[in-house]
Amino acid sequence: MMLELVGVGKTFRRRGGPVHALDGVDLRVDKGAFVCVVGASGSGKSTLLALIAGLARPSTGEVRLDGRPVAGPGPERGLVFQADTVYPWRTVERNVSFGLELLPIPPSDLACRVTWYLDETGLTGLRHALPRQLSGGQRQRVAIARALACEPEVLLLDEPFGALDVQTKEDMQLLLRRIWRDTGTTVLMVTHDVEEAVFLGERVVVLASHPGRIAADLQVDLPSDRDLHAKRDPAFLALRARVEDLVRQYHRT
Amino acid sequence: MTMSTVDRMRWPPLPRRQPRPRAPALLAIRAPISRRATTVLVMLSVVAPVAVWVALGSSGAVDPRFLPSPGAVASAGWEMARSGQLAADAWASVRRVLVGFGLAVAVSVPLGIVMGSFQAGRAALEPVSGLLRYLPAAAFTPLLLIWLGIDEPPKVALIFIGTVFFNMLMTADAVRQVPGALIDVSYTLGARRNEVLRKVIVPHALPGMIDAVRVNAAAAWNLVVVAELVNSEQGLGKRILLSQRFTQTDRIFATLVVIAAIGVATDVLLRLLRDRTGRWVP
Repeated sequence: MMLELVGVGKTFRRRGGPVHALDGVDLRVDKGAFVCVVGASGSGKSTLLALIAGLARPSTGEVRLDGRPVAGPGPERGLVFQADTVYPWRTVERNVSFGLELLPIPPSDLACRVTWYLDETGLTGLRHALPRQLSGGQRQRVAIARALACEPEVLLLDEPFGALDVQTKEDMQLLLRRIWRDTGTTVLMVTHDVEEAVFLGERVVVLASHPGRIAADLQVDLPSDRDLHAKRDPAFLALRARVEDLVRQYHRT
Repeated sequence: MTMSTVDRMRWPPLPRRQPRPRAPALLAIRAPISRRATTVLVMLSVVAPVAVWVALGSSGAVDPRFLPSPGAVASAGWEMARSGQLAADAWASVRRVLVGFGLAVAVSVPLGIVMGSFQAGRAALEPVSGLLRYLPAAAFTPLLLIWLGIDEPPKVALIFIGTVFFNMLMTADAVRQVPGALIDVSYTLGARRNEVLRKVIVPHALPGMIDAVRVNAAAAWNLVVVAELVNSEQGLGKRILLSQRFTQTDRIFATLVVIAAIGVATDVLLRLLRDRTGRWVP
């Protein structure tokens, strides 16, 4: 599996003239990779994910998955937004089963899969709860489990921990690393939090703004078995500083 | 930079307002009040008008033909109930509402969902329904009598016309409340358009749609009385008209009480249904 963006650009028509959200983006994400995309606001981060998810169409260029152009949204490219996209009328387990209910699979298989993903995301005790009874972090875990249950080839995350407090965010980062290693799924995550990007990613892509384009593409040479102490490691801090400088350098308002 | 600093120095100090003592809970905005205060206020709002009614009736200041005493109203009501007339009238009115408003709901809910979900639906339906709802339904009565005769059809049609456009627009509003991100995410989970409508839009909008039905059921209940004033054999509105002919104000009052009771019962039932389906609302 390989996700590939070739010369992708996106222009929005606005009253004050066209807005170039993305311009000439070339990106390759290999199977099993964990890639974080960082950029300031206006760098077209969310637009990039919407194009890969198939929710929007590129104005120029092409998004390809395994060589085939992406024509629309589908469960092979699971998407998790920043907040509150769980179905509020469905219990936790019925949220996780949403995508599976659309497929012709036996109920026992469905139940078995849902149980596994609930366990993987630490939601087993909350399976019968409604979203309004959950914390923000728990709701995001539901959204992640729901996307994962469809066995996506690539999991797309759009600032998934942006609305969480710092402690919850760090718990979620560890959870996401564990899920990535357990499931072997490819992860492409967009964030404005450089520390998060360097801690989570095996690769960090920096976007420049106005128009959004790729400014830098760095390999993260940290041990793949990371705990929160890694955030105090000199190598980590050096890379983090480098990425922060890049983000600032390429941020024009 | 320096200029603005200099200017700031010359500003007079901002006057400070004297703090006011805190208002008692009863008068503070959105402050919770005690359970007892709630009970007393509710009782007052119900008991006070009845007390005024009793006082006026027994004082002899008002002619009982204009304002019958509660006792007279009760006995008139009892008499009407015993003869079976009240039940027959009530059922005639309820049936008209069930048919007329039922048809309006059956038409307006699907159209409202289309209007709230598709830009094309909105473009095609909103201007027309937005305009038609401002035409008072009662003004259609003469036309309906010409077109549909004097039997049941014009009465049912009046209720239908008077509620269908409002319910359609309110249903569309409830549908538009469904967050776009929820729809987007459903597509990425593999849902197709019909599945998004059935499994995402309708469940999310359901409590709002029931609210719309609740509001418009009250309108339907008002319209049936108007419809019956014109031409009918039976019905609560007709009973009021007949009672007026013989200055039987006690019967008019008794009928009004029944109209109110059925209206409140409908409202309570629909509210229960809404609360049941909307348990998930944050």
